Amino acid sequence: MQYKDKELLRFTTAGSVDDGKSTLIGRLLYDSKSVYQDQLDAVEESSNTKGFDYIDLSLLTDGLKSEREQGITIDVAYRYFATPKRKFIVADTPGHIQYTRNMVTGASTANLAIILIDARKGMLEQTHRHSFIASLLRIPHAIVCVNKMDLVDYSEEVFNKIVDDYKAFATKLEIIDIQFVPISALKGDNVVNKSKNMNWYKGGSLMYRLENVHISSDKNHIDCRFPIQAVIRPQTIEHQDFRGFAGRIDGGVFKTGDSVKILPSGFISKIKTLELNGERLSEAFAPMSITMTLEDEIDISRGDMIVRENNSPEVGQDLEVLVTWMNINPLLARTKVIIKHTTNECVAMVKELRYKIDINTLHRVVDIEKLQMNDIGRISIRTSKPLFFDTYKKNRQTGSIIIIDEQTNETIGAGMFI
Amino acid sequence: MNNYIVNHLRELESEAIFVIREISAQFENPVLLFSGGKDSILLVHLAKKAFYPAKIPFPLVHIDTGNNFPETISFRDDLVNKLGVRLIVGSVQESIDKGRAKEETGSDASRNSLQIVTLLDTLDEYKVDAALGGARRDEEKARAKERFFSHRDEFGQWDPKNQRPELWNLFNGRKNFGEHFRVFPISNWTEMDVWEYIKLENIDLPSLYFSHQRDCIVRNGVILANSKFIKLKEGEKVVNMTVRFRTCGDMPITGAIESEADDLTKIIKEIATTRVTERGGRADDKRAETAMEDRKKQGYF
Repeated sequence: MQYKDKELLRFTTAGSVDDGKSTLIGRLLYDSKSVYQDQLDAVEESSNTKGFDYIDLSLLTDGLKSEREQGITIDVAYRYFATPKRKFIVADTPGHIQYTRNMVTGASTANLAIILIDARKGMLEQTHRHSFIASLLRIPHAIVCVNKMDLVDYSEEVFNKIVDDYKAFATKLEIIDIQFVPISALKGDNVVNKSKNMNWYKGGSLMYRLENVHISSDKNHIDCRFPIQAVIRPQTIEHQDFRGFAGRIDGGVFKTGDSVKILPSGFISKIKTLELNGERLSEAFAPMSITMTLEDEIDISRGDMIVRENNSPEVGQDLEVLVTWMNINPLLARTKVIIKHTTNECVAMVKELRYKIDINTLHRVVDIEKLQMNDIGRISIRTSKPLFFDTYKKNRQTGSIIIIDEQTNETIGAGMFI
Repeated sequence: MNNYIVNHLRELESEAIFVIREISAQFENPVLLFSGGKDSILLVHLAKKAFYPAKIPFPLVHIDTGNNFPETISFRDDLVNKLGVRLIVGSVQESIDKGRAKEETGSDASRNSLQIVTLLDTLDEYKVDAALGGARRDEEKARAKERFFSHRDEFGQWDPKNQRPELWNLFNGRKNFGEHFRVFPISNWTEMDVWEYIKLENIDLPSLYFSHQRDCIVRNGVILANSKFIKLKEGEKVVNMTVRFRTCGDMPITGAIESEADDLTKIIKEIATTRVTERGGRADDKRAETAMEDRKKQGYF
């Protein structure tokens, strides 16, 4: 058995209870043999108590007591399974409009989104919403699963109609790669194994697609970005002069000997070593955590960024941000907030609320006085010091911020640079 | 062009090291909660990698229930010496002696929940503002929704409804006076990832994890190590078995499995085919369906 050389794929699922989302995840876990006997026993017992005729796989993803009491999912839950080819991290998010913030949270780290459509109902408002969020958060891949095919007699016409409808709608989206699979999560058709009930469908099962979608070019390996997290100075006799810059690479490929520029100082130096735990690397790229040493002694601290000499990010204090509001208290213009961006932190003033996006239609609503919880809108901010940033489209790490309340310290918003 | 891709273990490693470095940058008084189990040993290994060639810039805290496997304690002391880090021991016995905690009685008595008192007292005493733990989201359902940076109020409590959203790799460790964070750098690892990585990096583990001969008692279907901490119930007898441990908690509550797996390759093979969760052998989780959620709310790890 080969374990070591798996790729990691993070995907998000959004949907309401009726979509069969929990059943689908339960099915993926169950059919990939990621469910243990004791977990299954517990679910079986629970199903019996509730008087069900079959084992309810959705109970495998059942959450906290407070959620079970209300029969809803409050929060993003993370699930894990693996096949010999890949390890999967599932951000399981509730699909209600009140939970836009959770969908955005789950989507922020995902390479792929699973969008569930009930074959009987076709495209719904929430299908639009889930797709828009995946698109806004720039998830590169989407798999549209037309679920409950067993309830429409595994009809090819029904499937094709939904595919056509979705494709017409998807012209508004910026998702690069969209695939379609007809499934029944309850019966297991085309989830892990190819269904015998839909011979007209020539594509692979959902699992096949999850295992084979091409993700190696999802990261930006062109524009070198290395935000400094910490400076490592051992102060021991053995490593007296060691001065290493620790961080995680957000973009590009750094090589030993490369000429680099340090921001904000603008000093130029050459990379002496790239290392981790004393082991030298000839090159390093996203998402590696490394320690870098330079040929010259330059004053560098947390929040600085190392880039290539001829490829700098944008620098500025007046920034345009697409923000998802996550707090019960609405966002008003002229609010002072704290911003976290890469390893930097600063104070910022929200200058103007430009518009709000109707996430069911993508229409812009102008002349707004506030952004409420779960609203997505464009704002302009001014930061107390210059930030080195890219557009979110160019780099999801250097293009994103979180917004923090000065008083409560809560994370109240998430933003993407336009 | 080269295929610039790292495998899943290196990606998890990078993520964990990033989080560990964030802790040392964002907090004044972080500590690493060290249980002696494989997950906290892994965490120490990752912390060493994160700061090398400097030493780990925060102390290890061990909450000693007094019911530990002797192997755990000697392993801990060796590790601390080797790395040159400071060790803080919080003693549950002391909490009991001081009257801060009350020992459970009966043959199923456990000091597991008493740890909460000692833990919170220790964090208080050393003014700890961030405690790193080796908990993973795949372990238990209450942990599936845990954050990397888990906010605790001034009473050390976890409120599942009031956790901060975590997006991209931006972690918000800001807090008010008296509050602290629990931070879980290996949140996204599964049991299999941990073992594969231990093998990849050749990390030393206590002998408990490998197959050995031991006197055991079978209670409620759980194989427990015989020790001075455990009282025999009527009809129970001590049997010598070939076992190993998948987790490493207190002696009276940590279930063993019958196993011949005496090296990492065999352990990985065994886990790949096993049908019971790691915590399936933990008597502390069997007390109620929401046992973990309830303990977490009170301030458990």
